[in-house]
Amino acid sequence: MVKEGNNAKRLRQALEQRLPQIVVAPLFAASMFFVYGFIGWTAYISLTKSGVMPDYTLTGIGQYVRLWSTPRWYVAIGNLFIFSSLFIAIALAIGVLLAVLLDQRVRAEGVIRTIYLYPMALSFIVTGTVWKWMLNPGLGLERLVRQAGWENFRFDWLVNSDYAIYTVVIAAVWQSSGYAMALFLAGLRSVDDEVLRAAAIDGAGPWRTYTGIILPILRPVFLSTVIILAHLAIKSFDLVIALTGGGPGYATDVPATFMYSFAFQRSELGVAAASATMMLMTVVAIIVPYLYSELRKTGR
Amino acid sequence: MRQRSIDGIVRPKGVHHSLMRILLYAVLGLFCLYYLIPLIVMISTSLKSLEEIRQGSLLSLPRSVTFDAWAKAWSAACVGVRCNGLAPYVWNSVLMTAPAVFISTLLGAMNGYALTKWRFRGADTIFALMLFGAFIPFQVILLPMARMLGLMGLAGTIPGLIFVHTVYGLAFTTLFFRNFFMGVSDGIIQAAKVDGASFFGIFFRLVLPMSLPAIVVTVIWQFTQIWNDFLFGVAFTIGDSNPVTVALNNVVNTSTGVKEYNVDMAAAIIAALPTLAVYVIAGAYFVRGLSAGAVKG
Repeated sequence: MVKEGNNAKRLRQALEQRLPQIVVAPLFAASMFFVYGFIGWTAYISLTKSGVMPDYTLTGIGQYVRLWSTPRWYVAIGNLFIFSSLFIAIALAIGVLLAVLLDQRVRAEGVIRTIYLYPMALSFIVTGTVWKWMLNPGLGLERLVRQAGWENFRFDWLVNSDYAIYTVVIAAVWQSSGYAMALFLAGLRSVDDEVLRAAAIDGAGPWRTYTGIILPILRPVFLSTVIILAHLAIKSFDLVIALTGGGPGYATDVPATFMYSFAFQRSELGVAAASATMMLMTVVAIIVPYLYSELRKTGR
Repeated sequence: MRQRSIDGIVRPKGVHHSLMRILLYAVLGLFCLYYLIPLIVMISTSLKSLEEIRQGSLLSLPRSVTFDAWAKAWSAACVGVRCNGLAPYVWNSVLMTAPAVFISTLLGAMNGYALTKWRFRGADTIFALMLFGAFIPFQVILLPMARMLGLMGLAGTIPGLIFVHTVYGLAFTTLFFRNFFMGVSDGIIQAAKVDGASFFGIFFRLVLPMSLPAIVVTVIWQFTQIWNDFLFGVAFTIGDSNPVTVALNNVVNTSTGVKEYNVDMAAAIIAALPTLAVYVIAGAYFVRGLSAGAVKG
């Protein structure tokens, strides 16, 4: 009896000691399965000739060849390039400008900051819906300007295949530039007062202080903001769907909508998987070095 | 003294200075308008009649306020072929968001706690591997997840969506709690361990109560992410089980009949209201979530 009691106690202690691992293990296993396992599945399917149904016989890189000979894919990549470079550049510029301005001991800073940042709380579908209404050529901005006296004003970007992608930039900048502002403002606030004092003693004016001293110190903040915005850009799907639906035609397709359309509307699993794998590789190329350096920095 | 020397750079004195201040506030004010105008347009359009929208201008305020568009958006707008309004879909979103937020936050807290306060070999590697899941483009898991949900009998259901959001939210919630627990001193927990408190005892009685700020940040972050999600909703649900974002998109893009911009705007506000309310009430925590999402240690 006594021996059994001891055994039970020892078992409980051993269990207790292992409990942290026992708690983490299923969560870790789930994420291995649902992240890495699923990535593996998608990558595998991209190497088969799967069409409507998955087909598990490997056939090599045929789907990638097909993907890269689909004109629509080039439109999607071109759009992603135009969209992300403009979106990142403009959001970054607005973010820096607003952060520097807000850093000048502004009255009611809290209220202003709240106003700048609230679009981030909205769904991209909501943002898309609003801008779709404001940019529509019939009753929106175009008519507003015409009513103001410029009778011949034309602003039909939303329905113009050549310019529709720029309306996505307009809406995305509206939604996310406040986020860039918040990241920069946090960065500015973390600059040591000593640095500012030294600058003042050297007689540097406000312009020189910012361009010559403070902004260079904030280079890491620039880097992480660019990476966050790039990550947002590559994943953007909802905004395009809500604003233009990928149209006119497929003029505003991006890789995310391309993949969705091939997977769920055209049922070409192989091409869809190949395009998803291309997206993943792009994100990995950007995110992994960043995560690696961030984790090493914070480390232990 | 120190304060004044800094004042010297950021606020020089004189006429030039006051001019600059006026310019500063002018620019800040213009940007306030830039961010606010879409919201104002959204609200004022939703309160106009269709007649007034056609005749008036985008920026004009409603001459006669009517809530007809709101009523229609809530209970009569057509989502595809069904014309019950957004109400059932708002309910879907609530049913999906509440459990998904709760489960993913609880599991993230436990995971973050085990990974930082009961350090074992490989804990850092495990965290790094899990963290990657927060950054993958979800397109890469859509196809296998659709099949998986089918196999589990959860295809097209709200429990299926809860499952998906929990699984892919875990990376973020773990990140938030890990970062929070890194800043909590080990001393108290060591003391509790010495006193013979168990893993779960420490977690529920000591760690959870003191991680209230982290819980608030995580809950707000998860709530915003899951409520606003569109990709999983559109890929994994059909018709009746759509979350509100998908239903909103269907309302707006229903091509039959007259385009009712006032109903579209009312529907958009209904879909946006919960996350906007959270932002207005707990903005500070929302901002902290955003900067934690930037993987700052």
